[in-house]
Order: sequence, then C-alpha cells, then structure tokens
Amino acid sequence: MNHAIEFEALTKRYGALAALDGVSACVPRGQVIGLLGHNGAGKSTLIKLILGLIAPSGGRLEVLGQSPWRAHALRRRIGYLPESATFYASLSGRELLDYLARLKQASRSQVSALLERVGLTHAADRRIGTYSKGMRQRLGLAQALLGSPELVLLDEPTTGLDPQASRELYRIVGELRADGRSVLLSSHLLAELEPHIDGALILRQGRLLAAGSLHTLGEQAALPAQVLVRPREQAMPELIARLETGGLSAQPRPDGRLELQVPRASKLHMLRELLADPAIVDLDVREPTLAQLYDWLGAGPQSGAKVAA
Amino acid sequence: MNPILTVAAKEFRDDFRNRWTVALTILFALLALGIAWFGSAAAGRVGFTSFDATLASLTTLGAFVIPLIGLLIAYDTIVGERDDGTLLLMLSYPLARGQLVAGKFLGHCGALAAATLVGFGLAVAIMQWMQPPAQTLQAWLHIGRFILSASLLGACFVGLACLISVQTTDKSRAAGLALIGWLLSVVLFDLALLALLVVSGGNPLERAVYPYLLLLNPVDVFRLVNLTALGDGAGNDLLTGMTAHHSYPPLLLGLVMLAWAVLPFAWAMLAFRRKEV
Repeated sequence: MNHAIEFEALTKRYGALAALDGVSACVPRGQVIGLLGHNGAGKSTLIKLILGLIAPSGGRLEVLGQSPWRAHALRRRIGYLPESATFYASLSGRELLDYLARLKQASRSQVSALLERVGLTHAADRRIGTYSKGMRQRLGLAQALLGSPELVLLDEPTTGLDPQASRELYRIVGELRADGRSVLLSSHLLAELEPHIDGALILRQGRLLAAGSLHTLGEQAALPAQVLVRPREQAMPELIARLETGGLSAQPRPDGRLELQVPRASKLHMLRELLADPAIVDLDVREPTLAQLYDWLGAGPQSGAKVAA
Repeated sequence: MNPILTVAAKEFRDDFRNRWTVALTILFALLALGIAWFGSAAAGRVGFTSFDATLASLTTLGAFVIPLIGLLIAYDTIVGERDDGTLLLMLSYPLARGQLVAGKFLGHCGALAAATLVGFGLAVAIMQWMQPPAQTLQAWLHIGRFILSASLLGACFVGLACLISVQTTDKSRAAGLALIGWLLSVVLFDLALLALLVVSGGNPLERAVYPYLLLLNPVDVFRLVNLTALGDGAGNDLLTGMTAHHSYPPLLLGLVMLAWAVLPFAWAMLAFRRKEV
C-alpha cells in the first residue's frame, strides 16, 4: 500500500450538479501534496469524501487502505484542519484539545506538547473567544495533530496567518513529512505553497486538470525557463540583436536587465552560450513557478483547459 | 470514554458555564418557594401550604416554563455548530453522527434534569426546614413523580429542539421554529381541543375519544401524570372538562410520557444521519 489516498473515476453529484466528475489520482505516502483549484473546483467535496462525511456517487476511493464512507474508526488515523473554524469560544485552548483528544481516544498527555509545538502555551488557559485568527488557526493545527495521524488534511491552513506564523506552519508540515506522514494541503497562496509540496492535484469545475510531482507537471507543461541577463554598459542593443538572430526574444526590463524565455529543451545549451558571452556581466535563471503552471493549465474558473491529465 | 458520554459531559458543562443551568435552578427554587408561601394568599393566609397544593400549581407553571427552556438550551445545538464551522470538525472525529446528536441530547437533558432536581429539591428542603409538616410517603412520591416527569418533559422538548436544529440551515430560523413549537404545544393545542369540546356539546362517542387526544401533546401528558395523581384535577379547566369522566391507567401515562421523551430525539438522530453536510 504505497498510497495514503487513492481514487479512481471518483464522482460526487448533488442532483444534476457534478461537484466531482470522474476524478482519478493518488496521494503517495509520506508526501506533501497541494490540492489546488478555485472556489467551486471540488476541493471541499474531495476533502469531505476523504473524511467519509459524504458518500461518493460513483467510482472508487481508498484512504489508508479502506473505504472511508462511515468508517468512523478510520478517522482516528486522520487529522483535519477545516477552513477558518472558530471552535468553541467559551472553552480554553487546553480544554478544547482535552475534549477532542478524548473523542479521538488519543493520549491527553499530548495536549501540552502540541500546544507548545504550535506556540500557544502562553495562551493555553485563555478562552478561545479571545484568540486572534492566527492563534485559532494554530490551535486548529494542534487538534489536527492529536493522536499522531498518518494522514493530515489541511484546508487553507495559512489563511489569516502572518508570514512568520505561516513559516512556522510549513516547518511543522515539513516535520510531518520527515516523520513519514502524508499531508494533503489546499491553498490559494501558490507562491507560498510551492517550496513545501512534493506534488499537486489541480482541480477545475469538478475535473482533474493535472496531478503529479511538480517536476513531472513542469515537464508536461514544458514551460520555458525565464533567464534574466545584465548586459555590459552600451552593449544592450547589440546583445538584443544577436539574441534575436539566435531565435530568442529579449524584453528589456526597467531594472536594466533583459528577460529571455528559454525553451526547456535547449535550456542548458543556451545557458552555456550566454555564460560565454562577453557582453553579459550577470545572469539569473528562474524556473517556471507553480503559479505559472497553474495559469498555463487554465485552472482559473473561467479559462479553458489546455490539457486533461 | 464512550464518545456519546464525552459529548454529553461537554454539553452538560457548557450549560453550567453559560449560567443557563444555574439560573434555571434558582428560578425553579424561587418559583417553588413563592408558590408554596403565597399559594393560599387568596384564602387570606400566607405561609407554607401542603406539598400537594404547591405541586399542583408548580405543574401548571412547569408546563409553560420547562418546554420553553428545553427548546432554548438546545435549538442551536447542531445548526449553531454549522454556523460556527465546527460541525465539520466534529464530524471529522471518530464518532457517528447519531453519537454526536445523542451526546448533545443527553448533556442538555442532564443539565435540565439537574436544574429540576436541585431547584425543586432545594425548595422542598427549605419548606421542610421552615415548617416541618407531617410528610406522608405519598407526598414524597408525588414530589418524585413531579421531578421525574418534569425531566422527561424537558427531554421531549430538548429532543424537539435537536430535531429543529438538525433540519434548519440557520440559527434564527431554528429559534423561530422553536418558539412556534412552544406556542403550538403549550397554548394552541389546548385551545383547539377546548374549542372542539365546546362545539361537540357532549356527543358520547366524541367524549370517549377526547381524553386520548390529550395524549398527543406531551405538555398535557405531563399535566395528567401529576394532576391525576394529586386527585382533584387541581384547577385546570381543560383537564377537568376533558377528563371528568375518565381515568387513565398510571402505567399508560408513564409509558406515553417516556415515549414522548424519546421520540423527537430518535427522529432527530435519524434525520441527521441522512443529512448532507
């Protein structure tokens, strides 16, 4: 069993509307996978299916080796952070975790350690009603880790977090991966997400646009690399002309550099040439970002899909 | 611990924390003492009267207050969590939906029963202390019956509130429905029956059916359980009118009361199992 989550032709219909329509993919064990897509793409439906809160209308779904629909005991092995949950305002953070630990039949001795891990020890005995959004989100992460789950589902976990708190959250996600746990993480913040995930599932209007490791997706899309070069003084016009003769279009940027789109296949060859060019004093290579990949796939709500995975 | 008990213990504690239960306990104790002390003021006397007379008045009052409180403490029990975004979180834990509703139901019922027991128990203790009357075993049985039936009546309306909470999509609608439920069962049902009684004018067949129509309303069953035991119909016009020529087997009344305590809750549980989240 190599996959934490595996689904094939998974479909969920609400009346005539297909919230998920014949989706097939998997989340490998021990990896962090981003679940991407605009509102209405089917992310929440997929998460509810994985948690066994709704029944699929068709297809096959296995979570940690079993069908999740109404499999209550399975949920002991899954941690879930819902999007912007408020929790019970009248309880303290510690009381909430105590209560949820009892429900999960997890050891309550974990509670203090988890509060420490998410940096809430100082506020543990304060009412949740007095917490900031970021503190509630960290408390939500702590409860998702109760019982050391094998699979953790995080729905927009960094919403409302300041940059440092987001980094802390991704540090914990990294620890989970190092510990062999699987994480499915939905987020709109692609740039922030990118360095922390092994792969992505990209949904659009209930269909899967792409799935796989970021590297594979990049290969599939074959997006050009962006190369920024700084020409020697006075050499700009001559350099542009030369690059264009070589088949590269060069766009001058306000910071005095030239932006080149270098096809993936000839990237190494082109870089060698550029490095050897005496008219160039500096050079920067930028691989296509997740956001560019996302745009290219047409994952936005209105754009048309270019590939079907 | 069983998840139902875990949820029930939390709801029970929350009801205390929200001061609902404490306020209720004090209210019950004050009402009981007030009625006991001033109950015979009309006859020109002030002071503790008999337990039975006090219970008769408390029954009439309890029939109004307990359903309202049962509905108020539980109407938002599911829909409130849906509004706050915690419902999905709770359902992601290893407990069945039925267990979640059952835990909430038991917790609220427990809080209401505790308030009834402590509130009225306190009043009885004070009455006993201030003016130790010669208590017969029967008087104690009546008090026990009153507290038990009041708790069951509370359970019935907590169950009804759970049902409303499961079936509605926002809190304000749930609150509105809870109030309508209270009006229907506490005021309108009896009015409708009284109207029927007047219109029918004593047709023997209809007179035989009416006493059983009362069993369709848990509030009336609560009154019957207590007032028929106290013997004189205790000043309730509807009961006197409807039941003057009818006697109910106590076992039947007990069973109907118990059924009313369980049925709305069972319906709520089934409805929640089928609900899309």
